[in-house]
Amino acid sequence: MTLLAIENLSLSIGETPILKNIGLSIEPGEVLGLVGESGSGKSMTALAIMRLLPQGARADGKILFGGENLLDASEEAMCRLRGDDIGMVFQEPMTALNPVKTIGEQVAEGIRWHTGAGRAEAERRAAQMLDRVGLSSAKFPLSRYPHQLSGGQRQRVVIAIACALKPKLLIADEPTTALDVVLQAQILELLRELVDENRMGLLLISHDLAVVTEMSDRIAIMRSGEVLETGETARTLSAQQHPYTRQLALASTHVPAGRSLPSPLWGGSAIRLSEAKPVSRGGGIRSPASRLTVSASLRPLADPPHKGEGRHPLLEVASITRDYPGPRPSLFSKAKTFRAVDDVSFSLMPGRSVALVGRSGCGKSTLARLVLALDKATSGTIRFMGKDITGRPEAELRQARRNMQVVFQDPYGSFNPRHRVERLVAEPLSLVEPAPDPLKRRELVAHALHQVGLKPHDMQKYPHEFSGGQRQRLSIARAIITRPKLVVADEAVSALDVSIRAQVLDLFAELNRTLGIAYLFITHDLTVARAITDEVLVMHEGRIVERGTTAGVLDNPQSEAAKALVDAAPDLRRAISHKLREQG
Amino acid sequence: MTAYLAQRFLIAVATLLVASLVVFAVLEVLPGDPARLMLGINATPDAVEALREQMGLNSPRPVRYLDWVAGMLSLDFGRSYTYSVPVIDLVAERIAVSLPLALISLVLSVAIAIPVGAFAAQRRGRAGDAVAMGAAQVGVAIPNFWFALLLIYLFAVWLRLVPAGGFPGWSAGVWPALKALFLPAIALALPQAAILARVTRSALIETLGEDYIRTARAKGLPFGAVLWRHALRNALIPMLTIIGLQFSFLLAGTIIIENVFYLPGLGRLIFQAITQRDLIVVEGVVMLLVATVVVVNLLVDLSYAIVDPRLRTR
Repeated sequence: MTLLAIENLSLSIGETPILKNIGLSIEPGEVLGLVGESGSGKSMTALAIMRLLPQGARADGKILFGGENLLDASEEAMCRLRGDDIGMVFQEPMTALNPVKTIGEQVAEGIRWHTGAGRAEAERRAAQMLDRVGLSSAKFPLSRYPHQLSGGQRQRVVIAIACALKPKLLIADEPTTALDVVLQAQILELLRELVDENRMGLLLISHDLAVVTEMSDRIAIMRSGEVLETGETARTLSAQQHPYTRQLALASTHVPAGRSLPSPLWGGSAIRLSEAKPVSRGGGIRSPASRLTVSASLRPLADPPHKGEGRHPLLEVASITRDYPGPRPSLFSKAKTFRAVDDVSFSLMPGRSVALVGRSGCGKSTLARLVLALDKATSGTIRFMGKDITGRPEAELRQARRNMQVVFQDPYGSFNPRHRVERLVAEPLSLVEPAPDPLKRRELVAHALHQVGLKPHDMQKYPHEFSGGQRQRLSIARAIITRPKLVVADEAVSALDVSIRAQVLDLFAELNRTLGIAYLFITHDLTVARAITDEVLVMHEGRIVERGTTAGVLDNPQSEAAKALVDAAPDLRRAISHKLREQG
Repeated sequence: MTAYLAQRFLIAVATLLVASLVVFAVLEVLPGDPARLMLGINATPDAVEALREQMGLNSPRPVRYLDWVAGMLSLDFGRSYTYSVPVIDLVAERIAVSLPLALISLVLSVAIAIPVGAFAAQRRGRAGDAVAMGAAQVGVAIPNFWFALLLIYLFAVWLRLVPAGGFPGWSAGVWPALKALFLPAIALALPQAAILARVTRSALIETLGEDYIRTARAKGLPFGAVLWRHALRNALIPMLTIIGLQFSFLLAGTIIIENVFYLPGLGRLIFQAITQRDLIVVEGVVMLLVATVVVVNLLVDLSYAIVDPRLRTR
């Protein structure tokens, strides 16, 4: 009997339609992957099943769970179902647990609530469940608080809460999006095991096609509140009948034109798919001529790159180390230091792009802050354009700052919402001497917007008037307005949907080609590294453990850390060929 | 945790030190000679001089400051210029009224505010919320002396349940004393409760938007249980801050209510001491109040650490 059947589910909040005639079904023991870009209605579908919709939401249609229509169920009946027959795991493990309650209390709470078990009995079962999700009570006693656990461990606790009563259906809404690839692989494996053990149905929601492909038996593809296509994972993704499915798949593995020869993605037959290996990139894109296309009108801002530049590294990092004071055990004892970046050296030639990859907490972002002179190194030196920038006063850094800019992960959080685009994009111009007059400023902003594919009249708008992808274009415009030699991109495309990500990657590649900008790309996403960079630095516990050409390192990793990253990274091609073998 | 507490404690001590310097300095520059004040305008200059000498007013300022601080540390706040009794006795008498009054008002305020705030937060944007917050608005807006007069009219004049004013003293028995504090406590508690209810509501609403609330709902807990078990404790920090401030206010800022009910409390003591230029009493009481505020803040800081385990590891 079908575990969950959603029939003609429509949902609107106020006057805005969110879901349109959704139809989905899940059998016991089956994994249904729900894929779509942000705003497509995936999470709303999940919340509708749980009946935890925001105020003012109105749902029509049927959500049949064990034959009963949940949309007609009373709130009391829903409370009995939630946490008992239907469990849910959320995206953000850092905030999904109550910070003032111990993990034991939080896991035991649902058990006590639903079974009426006593405290001791509930805690015993909670300990068992935590053990099952990989938090052994010896190392992680029930008395731990969430803040004493890492993100991956917290997500295990959330899974323990959701699965404590062996639900018939588990809804996992982007359960691994906030985790690094290695943790992601572990959590997905755990979910898979729990599904197999209890013949639990799993609704896996993700924007990541590769993750869903690896995990699910069937897949449903959503866009703007509609399910466009649904079917067996392998067949759906190899046939790609719906153009949007094709678009999603292409965008997921997108490599900017000219960076790499795109491999034949979907050959139609399983054999050809499994043969399809990423082809290493032919170099020679950045001819001096292309670099000289920098418009002559911009000369007052930056000297055009001259020919001799190529021989000297743009950025040289030598034995850089950064220690942070750890927590002090008591008022008078000295704090132990935590070494976030440990003796790192590398150099970056003009116009090249380097990926800095590693698991979360490995020190990537600290290193980026050091390079940007936003943080002081404990020891070591960083030379940028031949000048030592370590430990210099702010006044002496102006020249360097103007030549290196940054693009952050969160395009919204990095803009002051009350300023217009003109002012936001023009911000770095304060580093330029002599300061351009208002007319010139405008011209420069307009030009920068044009270069990132936005309209000059967009400068009168506010950040909230743009979509996520457009906002990231704005932050790129802001980064390139001073004609920098180096752009540090800290997870610059991680928060973007795949199709927008593809566009932004294209933009990065194009700016590299036309303006000769070098990139330091900080990412945990190896697909991104592969798409856009020439070299890779693999970072682990503060050290660079492996370096080499991007294709070389990613196709044939040597160090443990790099192997772990490469193995864990979801790969759409690999996943599809695997599924095809499995599902025939 | 120890480090956190030690740090808070050091800050408290430093605050007291700075406050004592400020109080001493301000009273130094104020006009008025206590010796002349005590002896009256007809006293001979010699007599005044002799008294000044006797009171130690002729010593250099640093010496007098240190004497004053050392005296306070041994609970010797000097003798009142007006009444010629130890300041500590005057204060003790008044605290016996003000402290119970403040405590009762605070308990009332919390007991009213939390349920009302929770009620409003649970019905956010609905009629119940509007009614509760409308009532709170009125509670903040009503002048408390006017409300006190209404209470006197209702309970003392009309229902004749409690006396209209005055304080019989604890020696007259606990029950009559409590009865005398009943109306002033309500009059003091109401506006505080109204403020605290608003804070409670907004803190709860913010907390209810957190991800872990959704996790708790997904466990199957009904909304009400989630609010009391998960949201309230997380909302406590802003609430505790306000409660701490309110207690300090209730202890000394109650002069109007003390006057309406004719209560011999600390507020009236300060007021009288100022009008009579009884500066040594003013000094003593002000330092005492500073100390109370500092101690209350310390307790509030401590309670943060009890409420939020994340602060314990600091």
